[in-house]
Amino acid sequence: MPTTPVLPKLVGQRVKRREDPRLIQGRGTYVDDIALIGMQHLAFKRSDGAHARITSIDTSAAEAIEGVEAVFTGAQIAKFLPPMPIGTPFPSPEHRAVAVDTVRYSGEPVAVVVARDRYVARDAADAIVVSYDPLPAVVDVERAMTGQPAVIHPDFKNNLAVALVPSGTGVSADGSKVDDSAIDAAFKNAEVVISQRMVNQRLAPNTMEPRGVVAHFEPGKGTMTIWSSTQNPHILRTFIAALTGLGQDQVRAIAPEVGGGFGAKINIYGEEYVTAAISKQLGIPLKWIEDRSEAFVATTHGRDIIGYVDIAAKRDGTLLGLKLRLIADIGAYNMLLTAAIPTLTMMMANATYNIPAVRATLTEVFTNKTPTDAYRGAGRPEATYFVERAMDMLARELKMDPAELRRKNFIKPSQFPFATQTGAVYDSGDYEKALDLALKHSQWDRLKAERDAARAQGRLVGLGLSMYVEVCGIGPSAALPTGGWEHSQVTVERDGRISATTGASPHGQGNETTFAQMIADQFGVPFEHVTILHGDTGVVKQGIGTFGSRSQAVGGTALIMAGAKVKKKMAKFAAALFEAHEDDLVFENGTISVKGSPASAKPFASVAAYAYVPVPLPDGLEPGLSDEAFFEPTNNTYPFGCHISMLEIDRETGEPNLLKLVAIDDAGNLINPLIVEGQIHGGLAQGIGQAMIEEVVYGEDGQLLTGSYMDYALPRAIDFPRFELAATVTPTPVNPLGAKGVGEAGTLGSTPCIVNAAVDALSEFGVKHVDMMLRPEKLWRIIQGGRS
Amino acid sequence: MAQISLTVNGKARKADVEPRLLLVHYLREQLRLTGTHVACDTSQCGACTVLVDGRSVKSCTMFAVQADGSTITTIEGLATNGQLHPLQNAFWEEHGLQCGYCTPGMIMAAVTLLEQTPKPSERDIRAGISGNFCRCTGYQHIVNAIQRAAAEKR
Repeated sequence: MPTTPVLPKLVGQRVKRREDPRLIQGRGTYVDDIALIGMQHLAFKRSDGAHARITSIDTSAAEAIEGVEAVFTGAQIAKFLPPMPIGTPFPSPEHRAVAVDTVRYSGEPVAVVVARDRYVARDAADAIVVSYDPLPAVVDVERAMTGQPAVIHPDFKNNLAVALVPSGTGVSADGSKVDDSAIDAAFKNAEVVISQRMVNQRLAPNTMEPRGVVAHFEPGKGTMTIWSSTQNPHILRTFIAALTGLGQDQVRAIAPEVGGGFGAKINIYGEEYVTAAISKQLGIPLKWIEDRSEAFVATTHGRDIIGYVDIAAKRDGTLLGLKLRLIADIGAYNMLLTAAIPTLTMMMANATYNIPAVRATLTEVFTNKTPTDAYRGAGRPEATYFVERAMDMLARELKMDPAELRRKNFIKPSQFPFATQTGAVYDSGDYEKALDLALKHSQWDRLKAERDAARAQGRLVGLGLSMYVEVCGIGPSAALPTGGWEHSQVTVERDGRISATTGASPHGQGNETTFAQMIADQFGVPFEHVTILHGDTGVVKQGIGTFGSRSQAVGGTALIMAGAKVKKKMAKFAAALFEAHEDDLVFENGTISVKGSPASAKPFASVAAYAYVPVPLPDGLEPGLSDEAFFEPTNNTYPFGCHISMLEIDRETGEPNLLKLVAIDDAGNLINPLIVEGQIHGGLAQGIGQAMIEEVVYGEDGQLLTGSYMDYALPRAIDFPRFELAATVTPTPVNPLGAKGVGEAGTLGSTPCIVNAAVDALSEFGVKHVDMMLRPEKLWRIIQGGRS
Repeated sequence: MAQISLTVNGKARKADVEPRLLLVHYLREQLRLTGTHVACDTSQCGACTVLVDGRSVKSCTMFAVQADGSTITTIEGLATNGQLHPLQNAFWEEHGLQCGYCTPGMIMAAVTLLEQTPKPSERDIRAGISGNFCRCTGYQHIVNAIQRAAAEKR
C-alpha cells in the first residue's frame, strides 16, 4: 500500500500568505508596471479654482511640444464620451469626465494630453492655458443648504442632492408616511435628554498605490482591454462597455496587483472612461497614472457628515428614544455609490441597543469639493461614532459606568434575528459577551484605578469604550444595484490540480491564500495544488467585487458551492472506477478511497485523468470536472465588537498620546486568523487616524489645504501603541461558512472609543464633547480654559 | 542628455538620461526594475526606498545623474543566490504586508535600520520606519517582522 502524507486541515489555521513571495521580492505587477508596445501616456490639466466658468482654453502651446500626440478639451471629449453614470437610484446632475463649461471643485479635469512619456505629458498639460470666470465657492455645508453663496447645479435647489429622507419608527417602508407620535412620546417622557452636534470629518482614503489605468483598444479586433487599479473589474467592464459603445463581451477588464482600495477604488472614475475612450479614438494603448497630489483632489473622499444627535432616557439609564439628523457634504457630484453611503449611517442608527423609538433623517448636500464615496466602513463608522459618543455623554450625565449603561440597553441574544427600527435585520449577536471579554481583557477596573492614580498626579488620562455593530457580507441583490451575489468556477484540471476563480477581486485581503485553504480542505488535496484566479474578466466569467467586507461571506460561499458541485461529479467518476456508491467515497490526503477501506485509495490525479478520458463513460455523465456557482445571501451579516482605549493628553502642549487599544471583534468563524488580525489592525489604524490626526481641510475659497503629506497626517508606525486583540465567535446563519466579514470592522469601534477617552481625560474642564480630529491646539485651548 | 555609469544589483550599467530624470524612474522605466514603487510626490511615503552605496535613500529625491558612479541595490537585488534576505522572510512569516505596495520600500528601509541599530527596541523600530507609510497593516506585523529579523541576525 502506497503511503501518503497526511494533509492537515487548513481552514482556521494561521497559514502564511502565498501572495507574499512575489510581493517581498518586487515581482508583483501593479498597473504602473505594465508596458505595452506603442503605449503613450495621459496627463490631465486640472482646475485651479473650486467653482468657475471656463471662458477659454488655449492648447496651442501644448500641441507644439515635441512628443505630444494629441490634446483634448472637455468639449472635444464630450463628442465621443457620454456623461458618467452613477450606481444609485438617486437623482444626479450631469457629470462629464472632463468639464465642458463649468468646474465645480478644485482639481476637476478640464483637458487631457496624450504624449510620448509622462514627463512630456506633464509639460504639455502645464502649457495649456485656461481662462476662468470665477463663481462663489460653496464650502460650508449648512450654508450651502440655503443656496448660499451659490447654487452649484441649477436643477438642485439649495444644493440639496437628497432633500430629506426619513427612516425609523413610524416611517412606512417606502418612506411616504411618517408618524412621529412614538418618537415624540419618547422625548416627552424622558427624564434626561442629551443633545449634541457632532462632525464626522472628511478623510482622504490614501491607498498607497494611487489609481492608474492602461487601456488598449485593438481596432482590428474591435476589443478593449483595460487594466485598472480597481476593487471590482466586472463592474468596471460593465461601465466601460456602456460608455465606449462596446458590448460587455468586447471588453476585458483586469485588476492586476492592486495596492490597496479601502472603498476608494469601487467607483468607476472619469480617468478610466477617458483613457479607454481616447484609446478607442486613437487606436493605441494608453496609460494614466495618478500622482499623490492628484489623488488628494481626484480620488473620492470619505465621511464628511454632520450628526445632530438627541438621545432620550430614564435616569436609571434605560433608553427611550434616539433622533439622528444627518447632513452629508457629498462634494460636487454624485459618484458611483456617493448618495447611498450616508443611507448606511441612517440604517445603523439603532446600534447595539434596544431603542423603542428611533428617528433618523438624512440630507445630502452639494459643495465645491471633491466628491465623497465609500471609504473603509462607509457610513457605519459614522453611525457608530454618533451613537457611541452620545451614549458616552449620557453615561457621564447619569454618572454611570459607560460599560454598564450599554449593558443595560443591549439587544439580547434571544432577540435575534432582530429587526431594528431603521430597517436592518441583525442576523446574530451576543453583545454582552463581547463587552465582558473587552472588560476582562483590558482589565477595565484596573485601568480605571490607573487612570485615577495618574489624575492624582495631575496627568490628563482618560478611558474610552465603544460598542459597534457592522453591516458586512453585502448582498442580497435588493441591497445592491450591481447584484448582491458572487460567482466562482472550480475546475479540477487533468493533472489533478485545481483552479478556482472568484469574482471577489482582492487588493491585499489575501484571498489567494484563504480560498486555497478552503478548496484544499474540501477536496483533500495539498494547498500547493490549488490556484485561485481573480481580477480578470477574461478568466473570471462573472463577479461583483470586493467591498462591504463581502469577499469571504459571499465570495467564499460561492467558491465552496462550486467546489461541492465538482466534487460530487468527481465522486461519480470515482464511484464508477471503484464500483462503489458515490456517497461512500472519502477525499483525503490527495487520494480518493472507499469509506472504511483505505487500501482502496487511488491518487486524486488518476481519477481526474479518468474524468477527462472517460473510457468507458459512466452512464449519465459528461466528461470533465468543472462547474460554477452563484451565491446570493438572504441577508447581510452583522459583525460586532467592543473597543477600549486609554489616552493621555499633555497638559502643557495638548498633545494626545494613545496609550492602549483593546479590540474585541466578532467576525464569526475565521478561515485564517493571521489574515483576520491583519485586517483588524489596518482598520484600527484608519479609525485611530480619523480620531487623532487625519482631516481633509478646505479654505473658504474651496482650495484644498491638505493636498499632500506635508499637510495631511497619514499615521506612521510611531503613532500607534501595540494593539491588543481578542475575539468572540458568533457564527452567522446567513451563509454555510458562518463567516461574517472583517475588513472594515476596525474602523467602527476605535474612533469613538478614542474620542470618548479624550473627553474623559478632559473631564476636569467640564468638557462634554470634542470634535475630531484631536488637534493638540484644540485640546490645548480647552486646557487653557476654553470650553468645547 | 547626460551619460551615467553605475552598478545596479551587481550589474554595471551605462545610460544616457535627461538631467531631470528621477532615479526611481530610471530604475523602473529604463531598467524595468518595477519592484521600487512611487506613492507620493513629496518624499514622505518611502515606497521608493533603495540602497545607494549601502544606505537607504528615497529614490524619488535623487536624479539619476546624481547616482552616477554609485552602487545601487533594489528589492529585486536583495535576495542572494535564490535565498530570501532575512527581512524578506520575516515579512512573509509575520504577515508584514497586505497589498504589498509599500513593502519593497519598507524592507529596504529596515535593512538600513538593522545595520545601524542591530538590537532595536520596539520604539526604535517604530521611529526607524516612520519615513515609510503603510496604509494596510497598522504597522504591528511590520514591527513584528523587523523584530524577528533582528533576532535571527543575532
